[in-house]
Amino acid sequence: MPAVAETIETVQSVQEGGYKWGFETDIEMEFAPKGLNEDIVRFISKKKNEPEWLLEWRLKAFALWQKMEEPNWAAVSYPKIDYQDAYYYAAPVKKAGPKSLDEVDPELLKTYAKLGIPLKEQAILAGVEGAGESPADSGRMPVAVDAVFDSVSVATTFRDELSKHGIIFCSISEAVQEHPELVREYLGSVVPQGDNYFACLNSAVFTDGSFVYIPKGVRCPMELSTYFRINAKSTGQFERTLIIADAGSHVSYLEGCTAPQRDENQLHAAVVELVAMDDATIKYSTVQNWYPGDADGKGGIYNFVTKRGACRGARSKISWTQVETGSAVTWKYPSCILLGDDSVGEFYSVAVTNNFQQADTGTKMFHIGRNTKSTIVSKGISAGRSQNTYRGLVKISPKAKGARNFTQCDSLLIGDQCGAHTVPYIENRCITAKVEHEATTSRIAEDQLFYCRARGLNEEEAVGLIVNGFCREVLKELPMEFAVEAQKLLAISLEGSVG
Amino acid sequence: MNAVTAGAGGFISRFEGLRDRLPGAELEQVRALREEGAATLREKGLPGRRVEEWRYTDLAPVAQAQFTEALTAVGEAPALPAPRAPHRVVFLDGRLAEHLSQLPPHAAPLSARLEAAQDLLAADHGMPLVGLNAMMFEDGLFLDLPEGRDAGTIEVLNIAAHAERPIAFHPRHVIRLAPGAQLTLVETSTGPAGATYLHNPVYDIRVAEGATFTHVRVQREGRSAFQLSTIRARVAAGGTYDNFTLNAGGRLVRNEIHVTLEGPKAAAHMNGAQLVADGQHADTTTFLDHAAPDCPSRQTVKTVLAGKSRGVFQGKILVRQVAQRTDGYQMNQALLLSEEAEIDAKPQLEIYADDVRCSHGATVGALDPEQLFYLRARGIPAEEARAILVQAFLTEAVEGVTDPIAQAALEEAVSGWWEREAA
Repeated sequence: MPAVAETIETVQSVQEGGYKWGFETDIEMEFAPKGLNEDIVRFISKKKNEPEWLLEWRLKAFALWQKMEEPNWAAVSYPKIDYQDAYYYAAPVKKAGPKSLDEVDPELLKTYAKLGIPLKEQAILAGVEGAGESPADSGRMPVAVDAVFDSVSVATTFRDELSKHGIIFCSISEAVQEHPELVREYLGSVVPQGDNYFACLNSAVFTDGSFVYIPKGVRCPMELSTYFRINAKSTGQFERTLIIADAGSHVSYLEGCTAPQRDENQLHAAVVELVAMDDATIKYSTVQNWYPGDADGKGGIYNFVTKRGACRGARSKISWTQVETGSAVTWKYPSCILLGDDSVGEFYSVAVTNNFQQADTGTKMFHIGRNTKSTIVSKGISAGRSQNTYRGLVKISPKAKGARNFTQCDSLLIGDQCGAHTVPYIENRCITAKVEHEATTSRIAEDQLFYCRARGLNEEEAVGLIVNGFCREVLKELPMEFAVEAQKLLAISLEGSVG
Repeated sequence: MNAVTAGAGGFISRFEGLRDRLPGAELEQVRALREEGAATLREKGLPGRRVEEWRYTDLAPVAQAQFTEALTAVGEAPALPAPRAPHRVVFLDGRLAEHLSQLPPHAAPLSARLEAAQDLLAADHGMPLVGLNAMMFEDGLFLDLPEGRDAGTIEVLNIAAHAERPIAFHPRHVIRLAPGAQLTLVETSTGPAGATYLHNPVYDIRVAEGATFTHVRVQREGRSAFQLSTIRARVAAGGTYDNFTLNAGGRLVRNEIHVTLEGPKAAAHMNGAQLVADGQHADTTTFLDHAAPDCPSRQTVKTVLAGKSRGVFQGKILVRQVAQRTDGYQMNQALLLSEEAEIDAKPQLEIYADDVRCSHGATVGALDPEQLFYLRARGIPAEEARAILVQAFLTEAVEGVTDPIAQAALEEAVSGWWEREAA
């Protein structure tokens, strides 16, 4: 059982560890002036050399945002955010086209090395031309990466390889320049500007993110991935991801994220929009590992994210898998709008909270087309003094004949100072629909612990093992390499929660 | 002022005129309770759908109806059904009609015993409808069972008698069981078919150590009526509050129950069934507070919907940190029989203790095609097969009730419902 061995090893390494991604890179940065106003929106748009329509789009969002109120219905509490006390644009100063690794800012290089991104890809990430384009020589499955460092995408790998298949994978800033017609058609078509407070803010000030277009009938030959890194102090990260899977195509997309360890809270307000046409499949996996704050609840990222997919075509499918271990406060509901007949939505989630973390996360499934199906599996694990809430909506319209939903929410409590909450909403207006919901809350059974202890595992190892078993249904949905990372993360997140 | 607050405005202005003439006007504590209720209603109005607890139930029709209070008792006594139990308490428009009742020992009209009961009247805690009740209540049942007393089964009839104009009545029922006492209360609410009225009862219930209160409510209000009821029960160590509510009548009905388990091994059952037919809206909203260790709670609510109707179930279970070894179970099921029906369900767990076993389940669907096929394959016509399956669902929904008097009252409400409403 290599995975179990790995878990145990990780749990042991954790004794010294903590949040190992918490370092800060000292690199020359360019900032917009602090604060938020129309000029900042114009500044960002100008910096990115955007067309007029996009600036207008942003300004409209900003005007809307100023009239909106911050939502307060989630089971989370945090001090009022001062939106004027942050930088909305921060980018590493770009040195024109370094030709070899020696020319790249060594600090940027070191950052990627420490984040564990393989060497070949590292060369690409730092913007070196011509390296690492042969996927076969490393022996592992190639993963194309778009790396977002604070406000900008610093590099995207395997673009040439992908373009042979007609796949567009680039930063959204580049997409605006090179494929404006696609961006204009789809941007905001799933999450409109005024959708909610944080999405609206994002629409006004988004700085970068990834763009993917998979043409008709193409099965993307490799995993696509974005790695988000917040580095600079007092910045917010507002990225925007747009994935369009045309008829009959297939894509699997991974997202990872980390941030330095700081006493201040930083805001991450992203928007992800997915569009799946007839027979298309999008699989979107996230391992969210933003800095969660320290053991006393100081610092950490506010992760207020809007993710939504539209299954526009018949028989299309959107599958969300998330492993949420980081962030001080999480507010996130990856959702599916099942418009096409026979379309399928899935949501698999593991959310771990420890110390003073708060997570309010779940999904929304809107059944509109006939015979639409959705599956929700949510596993929440609370430890320390954390609060962990599943909040979900299953809504079935009168037209969704034969719609089907199955939901399972399980919560595990470790320690008596934490909370686990389940808030499902079921709204059904269709006689032929069938909706089932199950939820359980319990702690780790004494007999399971005893069994593990009797076989020589210490308590922390035993908990790691049991938690991995509890989350199995979700972890098995993750792509292989992510699954291993996710298992390690689970163990690390629960550090210090027992004994 | 929006329409909803305006709806509360009518009640408030009538209270301004009536406040010195309402029962308990001479009691400082009762006056304070009424003023507090008025303040809550003034501040919040009738709750709108933007209030989370009311997102599925719209009180606009209540706000729009111009209710007045029934200032005089009805002259003529309506024909009463034969009593089911030796003791029966009859209310007409929210007032206890002593001449029509066979009052059991330890029971009295609340209006006559306010001084003794005033400490048991709980504050509205910001709930507008409880505030409305506090402001306007005139009467109710005061039942104060002494230690170890077994009161047997008592029948209560709530009858809306005025039919000519929209009236509102707000009875306040105060029921206290001393340690070891036992009580079964079987309550039926009825009213004239075409009459618009608002029945807004509030219950203050205390169940002491080892006492058992079985509370069966059969709601068969007239089809143009509104019933908005709020029960608040506190259960001490080893006590049991066992509620079963059937929602069958009314145009818009909300059955809201709050139970607090305050001592170890206190138990709560909050079961129910909702039969919702064309033009009806039925809402069961429950809040269960596990505030002590080792308490079990059980809840099964079944809703069946026909015609253009809407059913709501909201059930929240809170397990406080002290409530270790809680064993909570909740199930809610809905059966849709029409293309125009809507069901909204929100089961909710909020858990702060780790050594607990809590689960909830919810299912929503139509009649099982396989079951229908099974019956039809045995030569039963489609309509009859449907009727059999609906009846089975309803029978299952009420079968948890064991008191024979309660069973009879439920049976009367449930039998033939499908044939009347949908077939």
